[in-house]
Amino acid sequence: MTSTAADLHTLTGAYALHALDAEERARFERHLTVCEACAEEVRELAATAARLGLAASAPPAPALKEQVIRRIATVRQEPPVVRAPARARVLRRLLSNWALAACVALTAALGATAAWQHTQVEDARRDAHQAQQRADQLAAVLAAPDAKSRTARFEDGTSGTVVVSAARDKAVFTATGMTPLPDGKVYQLWFADGDTMRPAGLMDAGRTSRAVLMEGALGTASAMGVTVEPAGGSPQPTSDPVVLLDLPA
Amino acid sequence: MPEAVYIGKNPSAQPDLQELMKAVARGDEEAFSSLYDAVASPVMGVVRAVLRDPAQSEEITQEVLVEVWRTAPRYREDRGSVINWVLTLAHRRAVDRVRSADASAARDHKAALLDRMPEFDEVTEQVEARLEREQVRRCLRTLTELQHQSVTLAYYRGLTYREVAAQLSVPLGTVKTRLRDGLIRLRDCLGVSA
Repeated sequence: MTSTAADLHTLTGAYALHALDAEERARFERHLTVCEACAEEVRELAATAARLGLAASAPPAPALKEQVIRRIATVRQEPPVVRAPARARVLRRLLSNWALAACVALTAALGATAAWQHTQVEDARRDAHQAQQRADQLAAVLAAPDAKSRTARFEDGTSGTVVVSAARDKAVFTATGMTPLPDGKVYQLWFADGDTMRPAGLMDAGRTSRAVLMEGALGTASAMGVTVEPAGGSPQPTSDPVVLLDLPA
Repeated sequence: MPEAVYIGKNPSAQPDLQELMKAVARGDEEAFSSLYDAVASPVMGVVRAVLRDPAQSEEITQEVLVEVWRTAPRYREDRGSVINWVLTLAHRRAVDRVRSADASAARDHKAALLDRMPEFDEVTEQVEARLEREQVRRCLRTLTELQHQSVTLAYYRGLTYREVAAQLSVPLGTVKTRLRDGLIRLRDCLGVSA
C-alpha cells in the first residue's frame, strides 16, 4: 500500500507566515478544505503572525492618505460572497459531534420535569455526558500543542488523516471517501503495536467522514488501521486493512 | 492569559473596526477614511519590515489599502478580526513583491537578512505601538533560538521556509516544525485566539 506520508498538518505555521511556495500553498489550501483542525490552527497562527505585524507599526507619510482616498473613488468594490464555502460544510460535519451532544442534553433538560420519563432522562443524561466527554477529548487532541498528523490517500480514493497527541496519549482519525458498507458490516479502528492489533472502536456507519476519537490509549502504538468487520466489531481483525497509517513520530 | 494594558487613550474610545468595516463594505467612503486611520500604520509597518525600501513600501502600502476598499464586501468576521485580515493581506502583498525577480537582488546580503527585527521609528510611534512591541519582544524571547530565527526570518524578511532552511543550514522538516511550534508558543504567550 502506498502512502504519500506528507505531513501536511505541520505546514500550518509556514502557511500562516506565507512561507510556502506557490505549489505547496495550493496543495495545502486543498488540504485545508478537508481538515478543519488545520483551518482552525491556521486562523490562530495567522492572528499570531498579525501581532508580529502590529509590533512593527510605522506611520506612512500623511500625503499617502489623500492619494488612497482619491484612488478609491474610482475603484469598484467586489460583490460579497454568498455561497457557503466547502470549509463551512466540513466544519458543520465535524461539529455534528457537539451538536448531537447538545441535542441530547436539551432533551434531557426538557424531560427532567416529567417523572415518568425518569429512566430515559437518566439514560439520556449519561449518554449526553459521555458524548460530551468524547467531544471534549477529541477537541483536546486536535488542539494539543504537540499534536502531529499524517495523511494518506489510498488507491480507492479514500483519504485518511490521523492526529496524535503523545501528551494526551490519544489519537483522532478522520477519513473522506470511504465506501458505504452493506448492513451487518462495520469499519473498525485498530492501534498496531508492532505486529499486534489492538481494537480502538468502531466508526459510525452513517458518518464515516466524521472525526472519531480512537478508543484506548495511544501507548506505544506505531501505526493505526481500519478494517471491515461484522457488526459489533471483532477482537482481532478478520480482513486486510482498508486504511493503514504509520503514526507520526 | 496576559491582560492588555492601556495607557493614554481609553480603548473603548477607539473606533469599532467591525462596524467600520460593515460601512466600508456598503461603499461608505467616510467610514473608509476612519478605517484608514486605524490600519495605515500597522500596514506600513508590515510592508516596510519586509521590503525595507521606503519608496516600494509606500507603493505597496497604497496598493494594500486600495485592496482593502475593493475587497471589503468579502471580509467575513467569522474568519478573524479586521486587523488580522488587513495585516494578512499586507504581509502577503509585501512577500509577493519581495519574491518577484526585480526585488530579489536587494536582499541577498546575509548580514542584512540576519538583522531580523525591523528598525523602528522610536520618536513618532504611538504609545500603543510601543506597548505592543514590548509584549511581542518579550514573547519572542520565550522561543528557542531556532524558533525565533525561523519565525522572524519568515515573517519580517518574507523568506520561504526553504530559504530559511538554507539560511540557517538546518533540514527542511526542522524549519517546518520550528515555524509551527514557534508560532504556537507565541500564540500562547500573547494569549491570541482566532
